[in-house]
Amino acid sequence: MTARPEGVPSEKLPVGGAMRVMGSETEYGIHAPSAPGANATMMSARIIQAYASVTRQRAAGGAETRWDYTDEEPLHDARGWTLERASADPSQLTDQPPVLDAEAVALAYGRQELEADGADESGSLLMNMVLGNGARLYVDHAHPEYSSPEVTTPRDVVAWDAAGDLVALATVRRVAADPDLPAINLYKNNTDNKSVSYGSHENYLMPRSVPFGDIIRGLTPFFVSRQVVCGAGRVGLGQDSSTPGYQISQRADFFEAEVGLETTIRRPIINTRDEPHATADKYRRLHVIIGDANLSQVSNYLKFGTTAMVLSLIEAGQAPKIEVHEPVQALQTVSHDTSLTATVRLLDGRRVTALDIQWMYYEAAAKLAQESGVSDTFTGDGHTREVLERWEATLTALGGDLGAAASSVEWLAKMSLLDGYRNRDGLAWNDARLGLVDLQWSDIRPEKGLYYRLLSRDRMQRIVDDGAISRAVLEPPSDTRAYFRGKCVSSFGKDVVGASWDSVIFDVPGMGKLQRVPTREPLRGTEFLTGPLFRRHSDAASFLAELLGQNTAPPRA
Amino acid sequence: MAAQEQQQPQSRETESEVDVPEAPPAAPEAQASAATQGVDDLLDEIDGVLESNAEEFVRAFVQKGGQ
Repeated sequence: MTARPEGVPSEKLPVGGAMRVMGSETEYGIHAPSAPGANATMMSARIIQAYASVTRQRAAGGAETRWDYTDEEPLHDARGWTLERASADPSQLTDQPPVLDAEAVALAYGRQELEADGADESGSLLMNMVLGNGARLYVDHAHPEYSSPEVTTPRDVVAWDAAGDLVALATVRRVAADPDLPAINLYKNNTDNKSVSYGSHENYLMPRSVPFGDIIRGLTPFFVSRQVVCGAGRVGLGQDSSTPGYQISQRADFFEAEVGLETTIRRPIINTRDEPHATADKYRRLHVIIGDANLSQVSNYLKFGTTAMVLSLIEAGQAPKIEVHEPVQALQTVSHDTSLTATVRLLDGRRVTALDIQWMYYEAAAKLAQESGVSDTFTGDGHTREVLERWEATLTALGGDLGAAASSVEWLAKMSLLDGYRNRDGLAWNDARLGLVDLQWSDIRPEKGLYYRLLSRDRMQRIVDDGAISRAVLEPPSDTRAYFRGKCVSSFGKDVVGASWDSVIFDVPGMGKLQRVPTREPLRGTEFLTGPLFRRHSDAASFLAELLGQNTAPPRA
Repeated sequence: MAAQEQQQPQSRETESEVDVPEAPPAAPEAQASAATQGVDDLLDEIDGVLESNAEEFVRAFVQKGGQ
């Protein structure tokens, strides 16, 4: 690239604050109340299929694309080795398309129906889509999963993550409108309260030069404590909820290790999966598996915003120098104490609360942001200041009037509803109605989901407005490679045969072989860099010809 | 340093009609209220929204493992 004029986006983000290439993943709980025995993988495929029919209707030519598995490396460990396939748990082999067993399909829905409409032209069920907003929608194990496009700000994470909930809602509506299918409910939660958990993951791009040991040391105390800000709340203690009560986090009781490669068994606080989905010698994609799925926009905003800032602290070598004694136990101790007074032991002998730890990180992050200029009101990056302000306000409320945080902190919002029922009807914590409130809190239908009932009464704060979320269902973020991916799908869908985080593959009639366009730099492929190209070409052949620098481009229109 | 901020990713004017449902409408400018007032009113509304037969509904919500 040549030198840029003033005001042109650079390919580097401001460092030291809350801006970073990042994205969310949500595995939805899935349930058909009228067909409780239905096969979960089959139902999840139905959900993907439903969205395919929604998008087919939206865009003639089909705004859907298959996933390209070439660069998936789920067994690469960030600590520097690769797990042998033979010793991996089958659930770790995420680099192969899941195969729907025909027997399972027949068991769930009957052979006839499968033959009638359950399969696409190639005879297999659609398990995987790339969406026009740059996201991925697919079947992960036994759940439908939405992986948001890459964004650069905490505000955009909230918008494109919530867009996934609208995508999920569209699928639920589509299935419900089909008289031949049992209605399917989707829940944005993380456990069935019967010892099974499923994830909500975060991804953060980091320079590969940061030693992984620094990441482990810098993040562990933060992850033990951040649930007080972004926990989604859970009725029941223990993996199987056998002990009555209420706790801060959906996920805490399912974590059993400090560091590891697994995501489905022996879950670790720090996950070492090392699939950069980008230029591998420059970047690391930190895969965070410890978070709760958030409906509360403020909790979601702070989950990403504060974690991004802590990664900036680690990169700058300025993370608080503390170590938590037995962090897995500490994680659960914090989760089980809704009074926020429980203390955990640091290796230096001090006993501190989760709020104390959060304040240590806040102070360090505020100092670094000020030193690097990103939190300045006028010359800052436009995001870090707001994250710091909301973080400080939330910690202050959590240290005093918990009720004041109930419109922003998800576990407190849910708890206020549960307390309302307990007070009005004298319910014990093991009463099934409280379990139902917990479950139905996360129903993604606005008329049934209790979070949405509170939102409609303005009892929950918003970070982004509904219009921005609706736009994010259709439009990719403008400032990452997700723009290129999404626009390729929505503009040239019928000629795109595959896509992944770091590639788009075209099969253009007359071009002979497949054209694979690598997108290994997350901050390239932006609207600034490629928008004019999309606007100049209405067909994939001439678009590719100019993009690939061939001289066969037809005259511009 | 703040060059990126000149782009407003959410200000595009793309409009297309789709059947993706909108989220429930926001009351403009209204501040979310943390006050407990209206709790009874809220619970009455939620009584009408909750699935019937809580015990059976909660028991039937069984998931297979995930990440």
